[in-house]
Amino acid sequence: MHITGAEIVIRCLQEEKVEHVFGYPGGAVLHLYDALFQQDQVKHILVRHEQAAVHAADAYSRCSQKVGVALVTSGPGATNAVTGIATAYMDSIPLVIISGQVPTAAIGLDAFQEVDTVGITRPCVKHNFLVKDVRDIADTIKKAFYLARTGRPGPVLVDIPKDISAQSADFEYPKTVQMRSYNPIVKGHLGQIRKAAQLLLEAKRPMIYVGGGVILSDAATKLTALAKRLGFPVTQTLMGLGSFPASDAQNLGMLGMHGTYEANMAMQHCDVLLAVGARFDDRVIGNPGHFSQVPRKIVHIDIDPSSISKRVKVDVPIVGNVPDVLDELVKILDEQDKAGAKADPAVAEWWKTIAEWRARDCMSYKANGPAIMPQSVIQALHQVTGGDAFVTSDVGQHQMWAAQYYKFDKPRRWINSGGLGTMGVGLPYAMGVSFAHPGATVACVTGEASIQMNIQELSTCKQFRLPIKVVNLNNRYLGMVRQWQEMFHGSRYSESYMDSLPDFVKLAEAYGHVGLRVERPEDLMPAMELAFSDKHKNDFVFLDVLTDQTANVFPMIAAGKGLSEMILAEDL
Amino acid sequence: MRHIISILLENEAGALSRVAGLFSARAYNIESLTVAPTEDPSLSRMTIVTSGSDDVLEQITKQLNKLVDVVKVVDLSEAAHIERELMLIKVRATGKDREEMKRMADIFRGRIIDVTESTYVIELTGASSKLDAFIEALDHGLILETVRTGVCGIGRGDRILKV
Repeated sequence: MHITGAEIVIRCLQEEKVEHVFGYPGGAVLHLYDALFQQDQVKHILVRHEQAAVHAADAYSRCSQKVGVALVTSGPGATNAVTGIATAYMDSIPLVIISGQVPTAAIGLDAFQEVDTVGITRPCVKHNFLVKDVRDIADTIKKAFYLARTGRPGPVLVDIPKDISAQSADFEYPKTVQMRSYNPIVKGHLGQIRKAAQLLLEAKRPMIYVGGGVILSDAATKLTALAKRLGFPVTQTLMGLGSFPASDAQNLGMLGMHGTYEANMAMQHCDVLLAVGARFDDRVIGNPGHFSQVPRKIVHIDIDPSSISKRVKVDVPIVGNVPDVLDELVKILDEQDKAGAKADPAVAEWWKTIAEWRARDCMSYKANGPAIMPQSVIQALHQVTGGDAFVTSDVGQHQMWAAQYYKFDKPRRWINSGGLGTMGVGLPYAMGVSFAHPGATVACVTGEASIQMNIQELSTCKQFRLPIKVVNLNNRYLGMVRQWQEMFHGSRYSESYMDSLPDFVKLAEAYGHVGLRVERPEDLMPAMELAFSDKHKNDFVFLDVLTDQTANVFPMIAAGKGLSEMILAEDL
Repeated sequence: MRHIISILLENEAGALSRVAGLFSARAYNIESLTVAPTEDPSLSRMTIVTSGSDDVLEQITKQLNKLVDVVKVVDLSEAAHIERELMLIKVRATGKDREEMKRMADIFRGRIIDVTESTYVIELTGASSKLDAFIEALDHGLILETVRTGVCGIGRGDRILKV
């Protein structure tokens, strides 16, 4: 039976068991919206800006195991989506973005709302397609989902000209995908895994360094079991938080530019490093030259060969899917166990050294004055939500404080933009999480600058009655910019003061939400409790917390410095 | 170090720009790039001449392999191979220079493929260095126009790049 291209697209989404599509209609996607209207299996979430659609789909994927789906129109619809796509690309999030395009006959003629979407998005997608024949739609969408979720995941865009969505064809959804040019490696090389096991057993100062790849591949349980069995210290990147319980004594916390003293020192001084689903980026190891000064053996497990030996030479590369490789590694360790091999007793000495580093208590902070310290807001949030909320954040100081002080015990609970560092993601991220986990506690930790970058989404939250709790760390500054200007630019605060702020309480109320404002430390806990109380269980609450204006994020490694060259709060 | 990378890729619209875009986005160097379909019309063969340290070359091959349209990648310069480039060069050929140009073309085993009263077009094939040498050997004032295809290369003997 012939159905239209638009109907084919929706049928494909149904076949992929897509429940939610985040989008915004426009001329080039009218046929698609018409097809959406005539079914109720795929629910459409109308956002207020295409960027938010992609961010919401992105978070929807981050907090679940599903592929996020966004739908935008041609031209400005597509260009507005680009920031969202690039954000997902940098953090390897599986998305399918469907964009409308002007009719094929008009392509290249500078038609109304025409832009070369495939060209513009090419550098920030895993792959993209322009569909030129209605008979190719089903096959292309099948490929798009397959590419998005397999291998190193990422966003895939499918651009569909308006005439193609109007034409008709037979529909049959392909059962399998065959691509001779795309065969991601799953199983790791056994010889390499044996070498890795040997190194781990011989290690005197071992360290496990975990990145977002462990969360994306749903390997947190396996990783945790391996780490517990070995008894080695574990650190996580910003993207890896939750892959190993923060409350576990083996956890040294986050490493990197704003990582803990003990994590960075242990990373620098270990003799065997097991890197899992991480990529040694500049915010994690700082200066690679400085990092390489200390001799150590590095085992690196990653699904993307190009992530291996990109910034730091590794000794035992293992290309494969993290859970599959971990299974093999455990098997080999079991064999070794039977043969009587044990971890080196020197590891106990290593833990003593780590205990000394821990004793520096690098996360302690003092009040600067009568104002609320931002760190205490995150601690209050953690306490009130029992450490079990989904926490999204924007980008800046508040993001680092949330990462440092909200102790994540589970994967997929911490949703933020790590690679691209996109301000404005927090609120749409919270929306995406709310749709993926209805009824769950969702907190958006943000700042007065970031929140304004997608503030229009307060309207979407109203339409869908999303019970998100926004915790706004309002210091009237672009905090992270201010911090760098203070430390590296002679306190010349160029354009980092946020003047003329709206009254966030009234703004929230204008959208039909609950607004609360906190100015004094003694009011913080009651307000936090009220925001998360049963009274506001079904309400969107905007908690505007006026925080200390000069608080800085510590520890800190200045750009270009090494891991052991941290600046601690106590140094100042 | 100069390297010759051979790529088999899907003969699809946009495949070339994915490769070219990768090189510019990651600041890899391209000295020349040629591409054309193979005996299998669904596949194109591309040859890129690039340069960089071993680390950079390792990244270039890995990043190329990551492109969904790319089927196979080899670094031809890692082992025995043949490279060729074609040049068409239009020169002034008048008076005593006319005979000299003919002689130079013969010495370099070039062929004159277009003749007018005042110009020759010489066709010359060989390794890039040979074409460079020919240009060096001519009086630059007499060169009117040059066009080069860029390098294409193939492995010697049993080294075969095929799906």
